Amino acid sequence: MADSGVIDGPGRKDEIERAKSEGKDLTKEEKQRLRKEKKQQKKSKEKKDDKASQENEKEKKPVTSAAPAAPASQPPTKPTMQKAPSAVPATAPVSVPASEASGPADKPAKTKAELKAERRARQEAERASKQSKKGETGQQATTSKPKAPPSDLQPVVKRLPEHIQVDNPDVLKKLAKKLERQQTPEHYAAKKIPLRLDYGYKVSLFSHLHQYSRKAPLTQQLSIPSTVIHPAIVRLGLQYSHGIVAGSNARSVALLHAFKQVIRDYTTPPNEELSRDLVNKLKPYISFLNQCRPLSASMGNAIKYIKKEISNIPSNCKEEEAKSKLLNDIESYINEKIILAGVAIAKCAIEKQKISDGDVILVYGCSSLVNHILCEAFEKSRKFRVIVVDSRPRLEGKEALRRLVQKGISCTYVLISAVSYILPEVSKVFLGAHALLANGYVMSRVGTSQIALVAKAFNVPVLVCCETYKFCDRVQTDSFVSNELDDPDDLIVTRKGTTPLEGWQNESSLGLLNLVYDVTPPDFVDLVITELGMIPCTSVPVVLRVKNVDQ
Amino acid sequence: MELQAVLMAAGGGSRMTDLTYNTPKAMLPVGNKPLMWYPLNLLEKVGFEEVIVITTKEVQKMMSTDLKIKDVKMKLDVVSIQEDGDMGTADALRHIQPKIKTDILVLSCDLITDAALHEVVDLFRAHNATMAMLMSKAHEFTETVPGQKGKKKTAEQRDFVGVDQSGKRLLFMANEADLEDGLSIRKSIMRKHPRMLIKTGLVDAHLYCLKKAVVDFLTENKSISSIRGELVPYLVRKQFSKTVNSQKLKDDIDDQTQEKNDGPANHELLISSRDEPLLQLAQERSCWNDHRGDMSEAYHGGKLRCYVHIMDQGLCCRVNTLAAYIEVNRLAPKLFEEPSVHPSADISERCQMGSDSIIGALCHIADKTSIKRSTIGNNTTVKEKVKVTNSIIMHGVTIEEGCNIQGSVICSNAVIGRGADLKYCLVGNGQHIEPEAMGSKILVWTKKSRDILHS
Repeated sequence: MADSGVIDGPGRKDEIERAKSEGKDLTKEEKQRLRKEKKQQKKSKEKKDDKASQENEKEKKPVTSAAPAAPASQPPTKPTMQKAPSAVPATAPVSVPASEASGPADKPAKTKAELKAERRARQEAERASKQSKKGETGQQATTSKPKAPPSDLQPVVKRLPEHIQVDNPDVLKKLAKKLERQQTPEHYAAKKIPLRLDYGYKVSLFSHLHQYSRKAPLTQQLSIPSTVIHPAIVRLGLQYSHGIVAGSNARSVALLHAFKQVIRDYTTPPNEELSRDLVNKLKPYISFLNQCRPLSASMGNAIKYIKKEISNIPSNCKEEEAKSKLLNDIESYINEKIILAGVAIAKCAIEKQKISDGDVILVYGCSSLVNHILCEAFEKSRKFRVIVVDSRPRLEGKEALRRLVQKGISCTYVLISAVSYILPEVSKVFLGAHALLANGYVMSRVGTSQIALVAKAFNVPVLVCCETYKFCDRVQTDSFVSNELDDPDDLIVTRKGTTPLEGWQNESSLGLLNLVYDVTPPDFVDLVITELGMIPCTSVPVVLRVKNVDQ
Repeated sequence: MELQAVLMAAGGGSRMTDLTYNTPKAMLPVGNKPLMWYPLNLLEKVGFEEVIVITTKEVQKMMSTDLKIKDVKMKLDVVSIQEDGDMGTADALRHIQPKIKTDILVLSCDLITDAALHEVVDLFRAHNATMAMLMSKAHEFTETVPGQKGKKKTAEQRDFVGVDQSGKRLLFMANEADLEDGLSIRKSIMRKHPRMLIKTGLVDAHLYCLKKAVVDFLTENKSISSIRGELVPYLVRKQFSKTVNSQKLKDDIDDQTQEKNDGPANHELLISSRDEPLLQLAQERSCWNDHRGDMSEAYHGGKLRCYVHIMDQGLCCRVNTLAAYIEVNRLAPKLFEEPSVHPSADISERCQMGSDSIIGALCHIADKTSIKRSTIGNNTTVKEKVKVTNSIIMHGVTIEEGCNIQGSVICSNAVIGRGADLKYCLVGNGQHIEPEAMGSKILVWTKKSRDILHS
């Protein structure tokens, strides 16, 4: 009963205040006695309030002599208002014995305290009645923010990003409005970035994420010679959603390539500054790409870099100069952060004997960086063999297998269900990462965490290779909060002419889940190889801090 | 700008000369709208704002007076060419090459379809293809064609189209006429694509997305004159040619002699884009491949790619024969939700009109007439006691009392005399049919051939 707690509050508070004001006089024993009495009062008050609410008509309490005159037919909507007067005289006789215990000197102060108590009780009662009118359950008085949010729909502690609040209709409406607002002003209405609709039944644990179908591309709702969005960006979005450009490095490089074309074709409108206008132009493109496929951490960092470079252009700079400077910046970013970083990581791994002769290396899926390292090591005549672990539905391991075998490396291919069978043969596990989170967790293709787990159980060292531009500020400890849901129809396969899952949408109790990423805790990862050197997983926030200081 | 639309409306309609004798093919009425309105409408719906229309002077004149074409909100850049110049479609593209600044979407004026164009264009964009085209499953025309006696012999030659397993990549395209000694497929194709599906029942919608480099190639290569007949098979063959290598310079190629199979090409098709190394890098780092099972990279390292989107549902029709024309008159109105009776038509109450008939503007339909499954054009007058079934009546026609017209096509400004009974006939422009004439499966389009009609 919130009411009793609420009304208890002022009673206790006023006693505490009184006790404090005369606290210097009270001895330890008296304090203890006070505490005991408070507890008793609390219990008795609760009992009284219970009785008062349940048996409103009958008055059986000898204690509450000053019980309300009209207990009969108390309307349930205003129990507190009528309880308040009942509580106040209740506190009064209650406080009387307490005050008797505290001492005779308190008697004149009693009346002031009583008045305070009355006032406070009335305030609490009003507040409680307001709250009870709005929404009863789930309202806890102990919210972290002092201004309690009025509705249940808003999260209490922190504002969650909208891409993981898909099941909230308000957030979806906000997203639609934001996309509308992002249209460039010179185009008349009806030309805006369309909202891509979710497809199919989503498993309840992941209903807060988007799930799109590959057969319904976003270009369906765009005009064909796309004028709102630059054609290079439309092409990129299509390639993302079809999976033609997949893999964190490839996506970033393709994104920067498309941005180069956008910058080349850009002309500053008459009264605008390039530094501000170009950033605004890029915003709808980024929303479009986000709808085609949620942005990766590496792409996010690349976009931040470009936006920073654009806004740092001095206003007196001519357009041609500014554009060429931006293009050079993009080139140097790709060169430094992706190409040279890859070379440095390979060099680091090979020279520091992370790949030695006679090694059996296990890789999972197709990571461009890990493939690069292995190919380099093979060229430097290290003798090793590779076990490629693959998983459905993407079967990316086949591509990794092809690239390694083409170089001449001897490989074995297994599916992830056989990983515990094959692990006794393995001497090292090399994993690629999609992103490294600030708490040391590794976000990578789904299945990586299982490989790391089993490897740990077999005491096989797990090395994660990751460039520093993939480090991100996010913190995540589980794979549910923020993930990506791929097209569930990818799980459907036809074998020998039959397709068992063909009618999955018609089964009410069946849902298909196609997760893309998962997070691996740092306990399972022994080393992270970056271009800055070999660091433990927990040093990621240090690297991030150093990077921020540099910038 | 991403794509420029080019509409080819200069075709003569060589396979339906009876209809196009007086009216150019592009302005033939289909469901009371000119034929070229349909592809223009398709482009407008999809979002194009400008179209380059290549046509003849006659059509240009007719277009300027036609109400429906004036309704089109896009900007039409009309380029007129000589009528008798015997220009092929590729020649026409060469003619407008200075206007072309980016990739093009070429349409023919006789295409009527409700296809989702974004499917074709998405293939073109996503795979960075050189050519993407639209095809559809053909279906037999069941209506009896007027003026044809006996069963129609399949004079049409089939097209053999080879696609890969996914059904999107175009591997082989040839017409039956070119395959006298049988169908031969190169080993290089079989090595790269071991599974190929060859289809013959497809109709080419003549809708092509072509890269700008192809237009530039055409300007240098003056021997190619038809897109459908020569350019497309050339491009499809070139995908697997050994000499396709975009890094070779043009001067190298001039000295070399081309392979005999590749026909008339003298210059290499240069397909490259700026920042080629970046694109290459992105592709290398991407863990995607379009095929599995062999050691080669995505697309087998080929830069020239041709894609096709095959529609299996929906309407896609090319109006280049009489049978197609009749079929399309039946189906085209269903594409649009327009009232079947034009508001300005004057129809008496005692007229029996079927729901699948269309009456044009300013018509006068008298009492006791029965109009079933027919299309009646603008400004036509139908007098009493006329029965019109399964027919197409164009504009300005007068049909006197008591006629019975079945399964026929009456062209513009014709006059059908009283009591005539026409079955499966075609009456040309401005012809007069005598009263009480009776005819079955007859073509009347010049004064000479009217001798067959007897009273």
